[in-house]
This record gives sequence, C-alpha cells and structure tokens, in this order.
Amino acid sequence: MRRNQVAVVGAAETTELGVIPNMSQIQLHADAALNAIADAGLKLSDIDGFATAVETPQQMAHYLGITPTWVDGTSVGGCSFMLHVRHAAAAIEAGLCKTVLITHAESGKSMIGKQPRFTAPDSLNGQFESPFGVYGPPSMFPIPVLRFMKTHGITHEQLAMVAVVQREWAAKNPRATMKDPITVADVLNSRMIAYPFRLLQCCLVTDGGGALILTSADRAKDFPQKPVYILGTGESVETPMVSQMKTFDSSRAFKVAGPLAFKEAGITHKDVDHLMIYDAFAHLPLYGLGDLGFMPHEETGKFIADGNTRPGGKLPLNTNGGGLSYMHSGMYGMYALQESVRQMRGIAPAQVPNAKISVCHGVGGMFAASGTIIFTNEK
Amino acid sequence: MAEPARAKPKPTPETQHFWDGTKAGELRLQRCDACANVYFPPRPFCPSCASRKVSVFKASGKGKLYSYVINHRPAAPGFTPPYAIAVVELDEGPRMMSNIIDCPQTPEALELDMPLEVAFEALDDKITLPLFRPAKG
Repeated sequence: MRRNQVAVVGAAETTELGVIPNMSQIQLHADAALNAIADAGLKLSDIDGFATAVETPQQMAHYLGITPTWVDGTSVGGCSFMLHVRHAAAAIEAGLCKTVLITHAESGKSMIGKQPRFTAPDSLNGQFESPFGVYGPPSMFPIPVLRFMKTHGITHEQLAMVAVVQREWAAKNPRATMKDPITVADVLNSRMIAYPFRLLQCCLVTDGGGALILTSADRAKDFPQKPVYILGTGESVETPMVSQMKTFDSSRAFKVAGPLAFKEAGITHKDVDHLMIYDAFAHLPLYGLGDLGFMPHEETGKFIADGNTRPGGKLPLNTNGGGLSYMHSGMYGMYALQESVRQMRGIAPAQVPNAKISVCHGVGGMFAASGTIIFTNEK
Repeated sequence: MAEPARAKPKPTPETQHFWDGTKAGELRLQRCDACANVYFPPRPFCPSCASRKVSVFKASGKGKLYSYVINHRPAAPGFTPPYAIAVVELDEGPRMMSNIIDCPQTPEALELDMPLEVAFEALDDKITLPLFRPAKG
C-alpha cells in the first residue's frame, strides 16, 4: 500500500469508560460511533464504509442506520481493528468507499447484551486444549511465558516492572481506571492468578468502546481535526491454539505483521517516537519489542526495567497506561489505536513532545493474530 | 446434582483415530509419507507439504515439559486449583497441551525440560485423555 494516502479524521472513545451498567454492547458501539462522527464533523449518512468485530457489520449498520457499500467483519480478536484500518485504507485507495467508520465496543465487565464465549467440544481447541483446564485468557495467554523467560533470561522482577511503568503513565491519564503508583513488590505480592502471573500483571476487565473514521488524505485537510496519516500497515495470523505456536520464544504473527508495517512505512526503529504494544498481560510488550525488531528479546526485560519506556524515557510505550492500567474491555486494540491518534494529534493526556511517528501493535486471541499500524502527523 | 465435569472432547472424523488410540493406551501421531513431517493436531493431509498421503503411527509417549502455567483462578469446571496446564514437547517433535500428574503442582517441582511420559485417564467409556507424569528412571 502507498504511504500517507489515507488518514484518520475522526477518533473517539465511549463517553464513559470502566463500569457502564446502563448500556448494552451495541449501544456502547453506537456511543463511540456518534462521538467519532461528531469529532470528524460528519453525519452518519456520510459513512459509506463500515467495519466492526464480534458484533456483525449487519447488526451495527442496522442499529446505526447506515447503508455501507463496503463492509469488513474481520474478527480475529483484540487486534481486529488494526486489520480493519489496514483493509479500510486499501478499500479507500481502491475507490470502494470514501469514508469508513470502524467501531469497537464491549460490555466486558457488565456483560449486557454480550454473548458469552463458547468453545465447541468438537473444535480443535475443544478437543485438544479445553479438556486440560484452560478457562479464559488468564489461564491461556501466559502459557508461553516461562519458556520465553528461560530462553531469553527474563526475570520475574523485570516482568513486574512492565506493570509498574505502565501505572506511571496511567497516573497522568484522568480516564485511566487504575492510577495509584505501584512497586515491583506490590506486583509480586498481588494475588496469584496463573503462575507466573499475578493480578497486577493481568489486564483489567472493563466496559467501553471506541471508533475511528478514515478517509483519503486529499480530503483529510477539510476536516476539523488534525489529520493522522497511515504510513505503514501489517497483519498476520498464526493459530487459535496457544499450545500450537511455532515457538514460545517469539510470536510468528508479530514477526510477520510488525516488519511488514515497518517496510511499508520506510522507517527504521530509530524513527519511532511513540509505541503502543497491546498488553493484555505483562509479557506482551517484551514479545513486541523483540518481534518488531527494536532489540533482541534478551534485552527487552532490562530495557523496560531500566526505565526506557517510562515517562521521559527514550521510547515511550503504552502511554495511556495500557490494558494493565487504562482499560481493557476484552478487545483492547481499539484503545491502543485511539492513544496513537491522540499522540499524533498532540492532545494525549501524557503527550510525548514533538512525536511525529507512532507504531501501534496489536494481538488477537492468545498470539493467534496480529496487526500493526504506523501513523504519522506529517505528510 | 452432579459435580461439574471437565470439558470433554468430541471427536470428528479427522481426529477419531487419535481418540481411539488413547482409549487403547496409545498416543497416536501422524507422519507425512511424502516429506516425513510429524504433526499434531490430527488432519488427513500434511500441513507442511499438503500431501494427502499420511500415516498414523504410535508415538513413544515420551517428551519433556516445554512450558506451563499453574492456574489459580478462575478454575475450569472439574479442576481443583492450583493446577498446572502444561505444554509437552514430544520426542517426535510436535507439542500438545496436557496436565502433569503424580507431581506437586508447584514451580519447584515443575522444572522446564523435565522428562515426561504419557499416562492415560479415562473420562468415560468413549474418551480417554493423554496426561503426562515425570518419567521414571
């Protein structure tokens, strides 16, 4: 895809984040969509392309009252929205539509109008993972981490520091769910969830949503917000079974999606001013730093523990507080994208001064899928 | 009221040989006749070279502990926490999820790369699960 041909011209989250017992899941979608429409100065009738995940495009198009000529229901977990951005950019360039709305919302905490997850007993997961006691992401996502730690020499204290540093960012963000400072000892003494991970190394469970509006770059200058251009994109999938990853030392999906985006963007790692790596659990930023090529995996734990990703550090990472401290409704990728857009607009609560390039990397399922979007505010 | 039971697999035509094997006390894998790739989970073609000429064979049942978590909460139905959810690397190459029996469910007892051997646990008269225990000797 060509660089900087498509821009984000509308971006918003739901009016509230956290516990929202007065809204169903589809209404959370609509709340985010209406906020993004207002942000872009548009009407719903201006939307001719639509993408969403979990909820179907037909469900949300009906509820919102829109008639799209291009739809994408790619639903590969929490990074679905990175893939939507990539697909939407291609669709806009190909002339299939002009103005795309992407929505995410999840009643992850209140569970209102949300279908429960179900693994069929005759699926591969149902036959070869469920019988051994996996039960929700905390029992599955950390399964590779002990091998990762042994291979790369990562310590429990370094993995605790991921949570500590992200709380430092969250403290600067009025909308973050958890803002009180924490220490490595706090993390390592918090309640055990699935060894080696404790409560403070696992993402929050909240309600919320977000929406993006994309259009061609040549139209973007006519919108009220500062355009945020799409510089590079990548995507891939590996396996829905965490036990069947090619290796636990890295994520194949990350190693395909990330470098694709960097190549398309034509940038090097030194050019990156701001970085988001989807952190459903504390090991993900370490996988991401290594798999995206910022440094060898062996150095990732020390890099974070030494403070390089904290406020004022040389590589600001997960500046909204991340899934560990900001919010996590179940499919966090949309919130990572929202923070990248805020940073590129220059309006983030913990703004990185003069940031011009933001890399936003997402995961879906338990390393099942991946999507990477690189944004810039310079054309 | 019955105790909540652990999730029970339901075989498909492509996986039936595996579950017939565990019931007969065998851990069965598949090997590609064209490229010799050994793979899991079951399917009637080679995921490496796409050949449909594949054979089922009895694996050694030996492997080592590749990685694991010790799950505390929430516990799956039929499990008493804390319990380890392990991934075993079989001597033949493929990895599979399982549980480790005859071993304390602690980080001290569960050492990565410890040798393991398969053990079979019948859930009912149709389904027997392949579990693993520390290898003897």
